[in-house]
Amino acid sequence: MPQGIWVICEQKEGKLKKVSLEMLSKAKEAGQEVTALLLGSGVEGLAQDLGQYGADKVLVFDAEVLKDYSTDAYTKVICDAVKEGDPSVLLGAATASGKDFLPRVAARLATGLASDCIDIKVEDGKLVATRPMYAGKCVVEAVIPDSSPQMASVRPNVLSVGDADASKSAEVIKKDVNVGDADLKAILKEIVKGASEKVDLTEATIIVSGGRAMKEADNFKILWDLADALGEGTTVGASRAAVDSGYATHDMQVGQTGKVVNPNLYFAFGISGAIQHLAGMRTSKVIVAVNKDPEAPIFQKADYGIVGDLFKVVPLLTEEVKKLKAQD
Amino acid sequence: MDILVCMKQVPDTETKIVINPEGTGIVTDGIKYVMNPYDEFAVEEALRIKEKSGGSVTIVCMGPQRATEAIRTGLAMGADKGVHLNDAAFEGSDSYATAKGLAAAIKPLSYDLILGGKQAVDEDNAQVYAALAEMLDIPHVSVVTNLDVADDGKSAVAQREVEGGAKEMIQISLPAFVACQKGLNEPRYASLPGIMKAKKKPIDVVDLAASGLSADEVGAQGARVKATKYSLPPEREAGKVLEGEPEEVAAQVVKLLREEAKII
Repeated sequence: MPQGIWVICEQKEGKLKKVSLEMLSKAKEAGQEVTALLLGSGVEGLAQDLGQYGADKVLVFDAEVLKDYSTDAYTKVICDAVKEGDPSVLLGAATASGKDFLPRVAARLATGLASDCIDIKVEDGKLVATRPMYAGKCVVEAVIPDSSPQMASVRPNVLSVGDADASKSAEVIKKDVNVGDADLKAILKEIVKGASEKVDLTEATIIVSGGRAMKEADNFKILWDLADALGEGTTVGASRAAVDSGYATHDMQVGQTGKVVNPNLYFAFGISGAIQHLAGMRTSKVIVAVNKDPEAPIFQKADYGIVGDLFKVVPLLTEEVKKLKAQD
Repeated sequence: MDILVCMKQVPDTETKIVINPEGTGIVTDGIKYVMNPYDEFAVEEALRIKEKSGGSVTIVCMGPQRATEAIRTGLAMGADKGVHLNDAAFEGSDSYATAKGLAAAIKPLSYDLILGGKQAVDEDNAQVYAALAEMLDIPHVSVVTNLDVADDGKSAVAQREVEGGAKEMIQISLPAFVACQKGLNEPRYASLPGIMKAKKKPIDVVDLAASGLSADEVGAQGARVKATKYSLPPEREAGKVLEGEPEEVAAQVVKLLREEAKII
């Protein structure tokens, strides 16, 4: 009988992603054995950190072929391990790579995957996953009653991370990686770095977004300045209107046909608040809106609203944030 | 090249979602349905490849009778024919069961490339492309913003969007499934002559019997994931609107974010 909760823990360049710890903290609550899967090259040193956040066991898959993300290698390694270990629940992160390989893993294992979940619980071995649909305009509870493992991908930044317990240690098990050339059908040729080294929108803790009222691409500089002042974990987003007008690149778009985000703090500058945009950012913990139009729908959703000229307000906010940070 | 485009008909993104009283689904009355916006990029890319190197473009769609309209939209844009998986038995399919049905309809076809959107904007599962590629035993690349097909049509390099605006360049041999993201191209509108021509283009209907699958492999019966309860997210309450000179309100907001919201 399948048992235990497995958590696929992502790392990037030797650093664990926060969402990995978020998933472990949640998995621990179920009172079952929690096994972390760690894939990469030269990553064994991270295994004990996973133990401190709730992993009883860590399966380490360390090989050169796993150094960079590969759909086929990840899928093969995880499917082989699941077939051998037979977990009841398999969790992964809804990140760029997780969204790519988890559906393929689910299909190979002929099981179900609840994707991009905003909450999960495991009761008596049964997974109940809460996931948004229609970009968050509605929410469903989903179960996977007839197949195993019950899979879910978890959206970053929605579950909280428990405190690390330095007294805890995990049993670390090194696993063989059996990935041959014949398994690799999609081959990574090159990684082109983005214009910014900022965190991704879906993982950001603070997002500074601009809309049509930004008027031109160069004006986004004032948003980047504010983002820099706010520090690590902050990035810049845009509304569809700003993207379609060519002021921002499409990977910056927040909304139903862009990214669904859930930062702690979302700034909406010159964004009126179309239903598609609101769907994409409504789960932000705090929303600050600045708009010239007092009737803009965004004010109905904002915690703090300023009716005014964003070109005056944004630089002033940047100054105030800098002052505050200087005092810390 | 013979190109298949997997397409879904979805509620327009303007749609306000209402849950039925039983909490088992959304109210579909009055909804305007359109081609999934990400699938438009797939149709456009297929047409551009065909215009450059010849071949055919076939739209493959699972959906009820109304989905014919979205197939016709694809035909009006310039696709050559449609394949419509249309049977009550397919209703209630999750990603797995949808992929199963599509795979059954696609297996007898000849194809060099399959395109589709990176996700459908209704259920937002973003799984069918990968599941379908797995079932057809071909590679997939997701969230693709650029695609270069080699002259011989045997391979391609796809640019995939990853975190923080970075891109991965992925080499694939064809056939493969390429899941399209905004930024790939600018989809064309159907022209009036295109719309007229589309009316005469063939749409093959594939029902359960024609798919060769059994009723328990597709639809709600074949679904691995079951949505048990639908609800609306909590409404956000409007908060404070700050008034005053820009200098004052800027200082006030930063103070509130530090002291009241405690997030900076």
